[in-house]
Order: sequence, then C-alpha cells, then structure tokens
Amino acid sequence: MDGVDAGYLVLSAILFSIGAFGLLVRRNPLIMLMCVELMLNAVNLTFVAFGMMLGDLAGQVIVLFVLVVAAAEVVVGLGIIVAMSRRRPGATADDIRVLRG
Amino acid sequence: MGADVVEVVVFVACALIVLGGGFGVIWFRNPVHAALSLVATLFGVAVLFLNMNAPFLAAVQVIVYTGAIVVLILFVIMLLGVDIEDDLEAEPLQYQRAVALVVAVGVAGLVVAGVSVAGDELVSGAQSVTAVAVDGFPNVSAIGRLLFSEYVFALELAAVLLTIAVVAAVVLARRPAEVEALPAEDASLDPPEPVEPEAEEVFD
Repeated sequence: MDGVDAGYLVLSAILFSIGAFGLLVRRNPLIMLMCVELMLNAVNLTFVAFGMMLGDLAGQVIVLFVLVVAAAEVVVGLGIIVAMSRRRPGATADDIRVLRG
Repeated sequence: MGADVVEVVVFVACALIVLGGGFGVIWFRNPVHAALSLVATLFGVAVLFLNMNAPFLAAVQVIVYTGAIVVLILFVIMLLGVDIEDDLEAEPLQYQRAVALVVAVGVAGLVVAGVSVAGDELVSGAQSVTAVAVDGFPNVSAIGRLLFSEYVFALELAAVLLTIAVVAAVVLARRPAEVEALPAEDASLDPPEPVEPEAEEVFD
C-alpha cells in the first residue's frame, strides 16, 4: 500500500513536469492550453492521493473546485485564441513581440 | 491481499497510459493528435481516481474533462483549421529547450526526493473531524453534504465564476464589424536590422 501511495505522488510530479516542459517549449497556444490541463490534472491527482492517505474528503471537494476553475479557464482561453486567430491567422506565442512599442 | 495486487496492477497500467498521453501532448505536431493524447491522459487519471476510492470524481472527470473541455478544444481546432502543424525544428529562443528540460527535471526531481526522504511517513496531519472518508463506502452523499454545508460559500463563488466565464466567452467570440484579418506575412513581424554600429557612433 505504501509503495502505491508514493507512486501516486511520483506519477503526478512527472505529469506536472511534462506539462511544464510543454508549456515552456511549445508555441501553439492550443497546445499550451492542453499542457496547463496536464499540470492541473497532476495537482488533482496529488489532492486525491493525500486525501486518501489522510482519510479526508476535503481533498476531493477541492478537486471539484479545481475542475470548475479549469473549465472557466479553458472557456476564456479558447475565446481569446479564437479572437486572436481571427485577427492574425496561425498566430503563435512568439507573435507577442508585435506588442513591442 | 488480492485487492492490493489489483490496486498495484491498475496503478501501473494507468500510470503508463497517463505518461504516454502526456508525452503525446507535447510530442505530436498536429493539435488534433495532441488533443486525443490528452483524452488518454484524462481517462487514465479518471481510472486512478476510481483506484483511490473517489468514484464521484472519476465520473466528473470523464464528463467534464473528456466530455466538455477536450471537445471544446477540438471544436476550436476545427474552427481554426486542422492542417496547422507546428514546426518542431524551429527554436526561436536559443537554449529554450535545454533550460525548460532542466526546469522540468528539477521540479520532478525535487518532489521525488521529498517523497523518498519522507519514506513511510508521507503524511503527518491529523485525521479530519468534519470530512471523514470511510474506506470502501460510497462517498457521493458525503461529498454532497460537505459541498452544501461547509463549502457552500465556495460553491456559490464557483457558480458566479462559471457565469462570468460564459459571459466572457460570448463577448470574446462575437465578431466585431470593423476588424479585418492582417496579412499572414507581415513585414513588421521580421526582426529589425541590427543597428549597433550607428549607435556606437552616436555615443562616441
């Protein structure tokens, strides 16, 4: 049991690192959003794992709120991406240098 | 004893699926393939939730994440054009990937080191008195009671946040009449010519 408990934490750490690496490296804004989702899922996994170890339901309740925030974030992020792509098709994260004065 | 073996087997299988999907998200050039890899990861996490006695979260994960969020992402991909592929060879910032790799490996290494140092005492907190989880007991009703008693203010705030997000999406996605698409090849995007010699002369 203890081995699996530690396994959940290690798995979520690796998943978080994959998401962080993708967020730093990829330039397509859609893929960057997906990487944020990966990181949020890693954190959710940690919440539920700690809740299970402590016998505490609050971890699961917090994951529910994280899901709500993730949904709101994706909706607003995709709206921004659509508005941005209408103005400049095929824009990547590098095009932020257009904002340079 | 048999249940423990099942838990370990399910954990290993789901961990492989989750990590494979995660690598797929950052590896595939086509955004559609990346989104489908994300579905694999989210399903793996849902099964891990089941493995950790959280059936309600597993259902919510499948419905909200794979049913709503990934479908929304796929809709936007279809809206913007499916054939947009990243050029993974281009690296506009020098050493960006190496530094990102160091950051990622460092974060993972720190957490793994913490877990291995902790050893058998991963958690040291006291058992909760208001939100006790009973082993093997379906916890949907317990979560519902918590949500509508102790966390009711946060629940109302979540509702407000979702309403704001819907309004924001409508406002952002509305097509303004006067906006025209800029040409894809814009000269202003090219890096400016280096001007160092002139600048030196000025300062001399």
